[in-house]
Amino acid sequence: MPNLKDLKNRIGSVKSTRKITKAMQMVAAAKLRRAQEAAEAARPYAEKMADVVNGLAASVAGSEGAPKLLAGTGSEQTHLLIVMTAERGLCGGFNSSIVKVARYRAEKLMGEGKTVKILTVGKKGREQLRRDLGDHLVGHVDLSDVKRVSYENAADISKKIFEMFDAGEFDVATIFYNRFESVISQVPTPRQIIPAVVPEDAEVDALYDYEPSEEAILEDLLPRSVTTQIFTALLENAASEQGARMSAMDNATRNAGDMIDRLTIEYNRSRQAAITKELIEIISGAEAL
Amino acid sequence: MAELMQFDLVSPERKLASGQVRAVQIPAAEGDMTAMADHAATITTLRPGILISEAPEGETRFVVTGGFAEISPQGTSVLAERAYPANAEGRAALDEILQEMRAKAEASSGPEKDQMDKAANDLARAIETIA
Repeated sequence: MPNLKDLKNRIGSVKSTRKITKAMQMVAAAKLRRAQEAAEAARPYAEKMADVVNGLAASVAGSEGAPKLLAGTGSEQTHLLIVMTAERGLCGGFNSSIVKVARYRAEKLMGEGKTVKILTVGKKGREQLRRDLGDHLVGHVDLSDVKRVSYENAADISKKIFEMFDAGEFDVATIFYNRFESVISQVPTPRQIIPAVVPEDAEVDALYDYEPSEEAILEDLLPRSVTTQIFTALLENAASEQGARMSAMDNATRNAGDMIDRLTIEYNRSRQAAITKELIEIISGAEAL
Repeated sequence: MAELMQFDLVSPERKLASGQVRAVQIPAAEGDMTAMADHAATITTLRPGILISEAPEGETRFVVTGGFAEISPQGTSVLAERAYPANAEGRAALDEILQEMRAKAEASSGPEKDQMDKAANDLARAIETIA
């Protein structure tokens, strides 16, 4: 049986851990609210953008001279996977779930004989992918100094992607991020951004007049739409991260509470056992006389 | 009195304005245009400039740095790259953007430089009108 001093130390240490996890949970809750607000504020723009692009794309798709971002390069040999994770840990399965989905996709593509390149956003994903897919990593975007993701961050990422695309380094690009569903549920989601995916039921907006021309507008809009999708993913990811951290820390706090209860019982038992033992010793000593 | 239409001005990060207006003056890529209710459906790109929304309770001015506008008979949505209210507060941010644009234009060359110079000049003109 561990001695009393050890048990007491142990209880003290678990108590301070509980204080930390509790504090982290509250911080995450506050950040989550802000992240959710940011995600909501960005929604009207993203929705409108998707509407317009889909309408345009549906009317231009199939025609000759459609931009590459829409029609693709004509090949599907090289895939770029953009894996977006957090810069920090201690948020439950948040990072691993994205990495798992991305890794599965990478293995599947490689099994089909395709070339896979991986661009990581966020330190945690890079650390996990480096172990077995290290040869495929082609770049990394560090967001550790960024407190609040802005459109410029997304623009930086998409600039990097376009540079690679223009250089012919990949044919298809897919982003992996966690879609925020609720505090307890974040869904790792792959989303193809290049070439643009046009939903099959998209209506052709033949009603619109285009100024300057349909093609020129599309040329201008497609890159913007990619950036917007990345921005949306970043925001969703930020909200998901805080949500995941909040529930992970809530669990940790509860576990620490349970542990303290158990240790306290053990401590009290040991203490009582020691007292009883001393008493028995005294009484049997007295009887012997 | 003219009919009213729905007007929304959104940037990637937030919604700047939303409400019923009489007309919107848009700095379109090929020249300024004014959209009113029952305008023919149009999609156009924007150049840097001043966007004015005329609501019954008065007009509001914004500076936009680019983006595009979707005009339909029912309303107008402007999706600006970046947009700021045309006041002292917005001006500080805009001055910064202008410097950025000038620096970028310096760094590039050829037709790209011409384009960037033009955008920067457009923006500079828009900023002057605030003061």
